Amino acid sequence: MTVRRVMGIETEYGISVPGDPAANPMLLSGQVVNAYASAQGIRAAHASWDYADEAPLRDARGFEVGRAFADASQLTDEEDPTLANVVLTNGARLYVDHAHPEYSSPEVTSPRAAVAWDRAGELIMAESVRRLSQVPPGVNLYKNNTDGKGQSYGTHENYLMRRETPFTDIVRHLVPFFVARQVMTGSGRVGIGVDSRNHGFQLSQRSDFFEVEVGLETTLKRPIINTRDEPHAVADLYRRLHVIIGDANHCDVANLLKLGTTSLVLAMVEDRAIDVDLTVVRPVSTLQAVSHDPTCRQLVELRDGTKLTAVQLLWRYHELAERYLQDRYGAERDDDTVEVMRWWATVLDKLERDPAEAAREVDWVGKQQVLQGYIDRDGLDWSDPRLRAVDIQWSDVRPDKGIFHRLRRAGRFEELVSDAQVLEAVHQPPEDTRAYFRGKCLEKYPDQIAAASWDSVIFDVPGQASLQRVPMLEPLRGTRASVGGLLDRSPDAATLLRELASASRQVPTRVE
Amino acid sequence: MPSQEQSRPQRRDDAPDEGPEPTPAAPEASARKENLDSDIDSVLDEIDGVLESNAEEFVRGFVQKGGQ
Repeated sequence: MTVRRVMGIETEYGISVPGDPAANPMLLSGQVVNAYASAQGIRAAHASWDYADEAPLRDARGFEVGRAFADASQLTDEEDPTLANVVLTNGARLYVDHAHPEYSSPEVTSPRAAVAWDRAGELIMAESVRRLSQVPPGVNLYKNNTDGKGQSYGTHENYLMRRETPFTDIVRHLVPFFVARQVMTGSGRVGIGVDSRNHGFQLSQRSDFFEVEVGLETTLKRPIINTRDEPHAVADLYRRLHVIIGDANHCDVANLLKLGTTSLVLAMVEDRAIDVDLTVVRPVSTLQAVSHDPTCRQLVELRDGTKLTAVQLLWRYHELAERYLQDRYGAERDDDTVEVMRWWATVLDKLERDPAEAAREVDWVGKQQVLQGYIDRDGLDWSDPRLRAVDIQWSDVRPDKGIFHRLRRAGRFEELVSDAQVLEAVHQPPEDTRAYFRGKCLEKYPDQIAAASWDSVIFDVPGQASLQRVPMLEPLRGTRASVGGLLDRSPDAATLLRELASASRQVPTRVE
Repeated sequence: MPSQEQSRPQRRDDAPDEGPEPTPAAPEASARKENLDSDIDSVLDEIDGVLESNAEEFVRGFVQKGGQ
């Protein structure tokens, strides 16, 4: 495999009411979801989430946590009528996760598409903020991962993998990679320590919140490798690797590299192409030490005694990937892989020469440059609240207030995906995964869908006593190529289901 | 597509920088630094226009519940 595989990004947004820090975030998050959904004509009673196949307590290591022993925050599959939860025509899920509004992108097959549909989510959040602002003081949303006071909320990546790949191999090769990856993909943060008890700047929003190497939890004792085993697909064939360590990115290049380089490392793990042991000694504390050093000189110690910087460690993975691609594909590489490999080398080169050179590609570098500008111009030190204000407002989703967005429009960052492409991704699903079927059904038959999820659409056809559930356990079925014509010629859900049954592509099964 | 400004980077090791830019002489470097400074100043001016006026209160008010 190459950088291409089924993947997606889920982002929990920071939420606040200007002047009212005590406002109830669950209620507010529900308002955010409902404001967008109702503007799209989505009614709460329709297109709600189908929880039948969710199993958040199943562990990739082969056991299941008893519900009674789980923290309440781990029970993500229990329906609560007060929580808004909708599926959009672009195939994404927009809902309330704990105390944050979350946008889970549709399944895509390339890092570039992941960037497009991730940015679409931000436009959706901005539209909701715009609508809610009509009743002051409104609600503001932030694409970041911490409040700097001890709380963090996630941006998770999902990668579809072959089930047969031993999980221990994933852990062995991915932990060192994640310790180092943040130098390319960190979003930058003012404050050291989960509650910012020390002043200063660090590379990553998330790194201080990680406590263990491997584990099932996502909200406490966060692990570098998360073991949640909830494939949302044929469980015998696939696992969905749920990566919780990443920051929310604004920069296209950093976001592309986050998905693309990780996908390549996973491809090498699946094909057993990594023949060296890059195991890092004390990975959790090293993760934090790397994050705390914006000069990128912090040394990482490997088990064999080698000491190298995070950038050098990433070069090792880059070389392995280059050799792997050369062996498998020679010069016959797809455009997505070529693009990722080129940016990967470009960014590592810049970080190695002088991190400041990567200000157009890497979030933390761009943010640090602005913060350093304030320090130099106004004689501030790192304890000044203005620097923390810049850090927070950097990620404001509003185009006029968000600092990143203002600088982006001023042309200060490399853009890989155009505004027009992002706008299209707000409404249109990817064409090459099951998200196409999901999104198009929502667009064409919104009143005839009772619920949907990653791996099913449940139809409520007028005149029929029972609901009909179309399972979609193969993420690469339900594409435009396979069902586009069928959808085009089916004026209603009844026709669609009849055609589907007769084509026996996917046989609807009756559900209560 | 990637911008034209990136070169196809080489494996670095101890090779000199192989990018398109020659290693700048000191006077050029300081000129570039001045350009960078005035560039950053204009960025800060723009941010000043939108930054929350009471930074301390804004930061104090940004309180989140934990998530995943």
